[in-house]
Amino acid sequence: MMTLDAVGIHREARVIMIDGGQKIRSYLNTLGIHIGDWLTVVQRAPFRGPVLVEIHGTRVALGRGVASKIQVDMDGVVRQLSGTMEAVGAGK
Amino acid sequence: MRFVLAGQPNSGKSSIFNSIAGYRSATANFPKSSISFTTTKALIAGREVEVVDLPGIYSLTSSDAVAGPAERYLLDEKYDLIINVVDASRLGRSLELTFQLLEFNRPMIVALNMMDEARRRGSEIDHQELSRQLGVPVVTTTSRLGMGLKQLFREGLRHAVFAVPAVSPTYDREVEDAIGRVVTLIDSRDSVPGVPARLVATKLLESDPHLSLRAYRLAPDLEAGVAEVGSLLESTHGWSADQVVSGSRHALAHAVEERVVTHQRPDVGWRDRVDLLLLNQWTGGPLMVAILAGFFWAVFGVGRRVEAPLGEAFNWLQGSVADQFVPGSLAATVADGLVMGLGGGVAIVLPYLIPFLIGLAILEDTGYLPRLAYILDSFMHRIGLHGKSVLPLILGYGCSVPAIMSTRILESEKDRRITAALTSFIPCSARTVVIFGLVAAFMGPLWALAIYLLNIFVVVVLGTVMAKWMKGASPGLVLEIPELSLPDLKTLSAKTWLALKEFIVIAWPLLIASSIVLGVLEWAHAADSINALLSPITVWLLGLPVAVGMTLVFGVLRKELTLVMLVQALGTTEVNTVMTTQQLLTFTLFVVFYVPCIATIAVLAKQLGWRGAAMISGITVVVAMIVSVAGRIAYGLFS
Repeated sequence: MMTLDAVGIHREARVIMIDGGQKIRSYLNTLGIHIGDWLTVVQRAPFRGPVLVEIHGTRVALGRGVASKIQVDMDGVVRQLSGTMEAVGAGK
Repeated sequence: MRFVLAGQPNSGKSSIFNSIAGYRSATANFPKSSISFTTTKALIAGREVEVVDLPGIYSLTSSDAVAGPAERYLLDEKYDLIINVVDASRLGRSLELTFQLLEFNRPMIVALNMMDEARRRGSEIDHQELSRQLGVPVVTTTSRLGMGLKQLFREGLRHAVFAVPAVSPTYDREVEDAIGRVVTLIDSRDSVPGVPARLVATKLLESDPHLSLRAYRLAPDLEAGVAEVGSLLESTHGWSADQVVSGSRHALAHAVEERVVTHQRPDVGWRDRVDLLLLNQWTGGPLMVAILAGFFWAVFGVGRRVEAPLGEAFNWLQGSVADQFVPGSLAATVADGLVMGLGGGVAIVLPYLIPFLIGLAILEDTGYLPRLAYILDSFMHRIGLHGKSVLPLILGYGCSVPAIMSTRILESEKDRRITAALTSFIPCSARTVVIFGLVAAFMGPLWALAIYLLNIFVVVVLGTVMAKWMKGASPGLVLEIPELSLPDLKTLSAKTWLALKEFIVIAWPLLIASSIVLGVLEWAHAADSINALLSPITVWLLGLPVAVGMTLVFGVLRKELTLVMLVQALGTTEVNTVMTTQQLLTFTLFVVFYVPCIATIAVLAKQLGWRGAAMISGITVVVAMIVSVAGRIAYGLFS
């Protein structure tokens, strides 16, 4: 188990637990992030900036503080995002 | 008849509204951007219908004890139909709101919008099956292209006339049991009149702050009962009750999505490729600098080319009007003031204002602003804020008033207060006009750029100090990054026009009146005493001509006035023939930083209280003096 801020780019992870109060939890819920959901890290901004995740076809930016409160589980598979990310390979 | 448009942010709700309202409301690409809702009257199949556009919401659960305007409207107002606008390309998430709206048990219809986007992403949606699953009519639309809207409103009208109430969804058994038990508790008390008990029960189990406050105030003993049911749910699931309920809704939404959507290979469009570069960790930052610099050069380039011929025409007009009157008479003064005010608006303000407003609208409508928030998040953490504060700050370059109001998108009180204070320091379009009209025009664009950078530096310093000094925690950045989109010409021009109208209707008449008043004051030699009163600051401290005193006083009304009044006070648009470059620089620096205009002070008072507003205004004067004196000395040393 690890937290979302440690997940690398293009990695898929599953939300196991959301630490922190009910407020932050319900806020993440309204954006479609729930326990058990799969998400993919699309970008990580430099200088401890936010993590950009794709979840259910939506992109959400999560600051490192928030990301460190999301416990995730990884299966280690690099899966293709919903087709939008094929060009990503070029950047790496 | 009254229809309400409800949907998540970026679902294309406002563009549906605009299509019937004739482009009177502005869209923006982030949540809660519509501060208050807009209404319009429309004729549908010969019937007059009032349509209300509610601000976008992700969920009915409010984050504060004070519910947002959309939640409040849905709970308490009278309406005949809910039009739920759903983003077809994000069906699963959008349905979570849809299920909550069904709980109102009012006539409802779903606009399955952005069908083109869904198709591009390879989703084929069976809308008839969706309609069966939800139990309400579903009409497919592509509001951006105006497709399906006629059918949507006709179907909506039919549905509203028959007044078929929507049926609440069914969640999994434990949740249904829990809701049922709370409903029984509520039914014996009638805790929130006018709202279906089942909706209240669900929200109480989700610990919705607003409805909890309302329900428990009327029925204090309800709280213990709900807590008991909640803890039962918690013990069977292992998660808190709010997570169980919202998790159950989430599962239902995705189950329905799976039933009605078939996935095919999506297209990778140019937008995805551009977005990759804009958000990339190596290219994102440099591209941001390039985009903002390009914006700056474009505004300056256009403004300068337009201003020069207009300025000449204006000088000619002024001369020929003056010939008609006896020099030095009151009539001549009034006429001259009138020409100055009228011409000043056209020749000095508009050349820079219009390209600036268009540029800002493009940044907003392409969806670049949320990307700025993402890129600048770590930088904003250094000030003690986070990325979301970037949105009000950037809007502040347009007008401080809506920008300060938009600070309500921030979750924490501390962030809201600091951002509102900092936003008042950002040079709004009126101050931009002064920077471009004086410094860029007479000293060169690099000097103008330097003023913007200096301003950012001051804002950073102030932000750091305030963040250290104020207490409070912030949850950090959580922000949806919507798809990039090509700005629509109609929305773009509507938005620019809306902002421009503000200048034409409010500022321009004020400009003309002030110009005449200043002329008369000068004619009666009354301006001299005010100028003399201010001379310790203007002449001694800042080294400016004594005549500029009055212009600074008028500037408190509207910042554009300082520039036009300066022209009026000095009697020429060739300001550089009367003032040295050092004086121009000092004057502009002072105008950029000192007291925001009256409208800004009023909105600051609304957000921070009168004491806060007075304090910030006081700080601005001190900062303005420090910065402009420093600028004066530095310029004197290096030139």
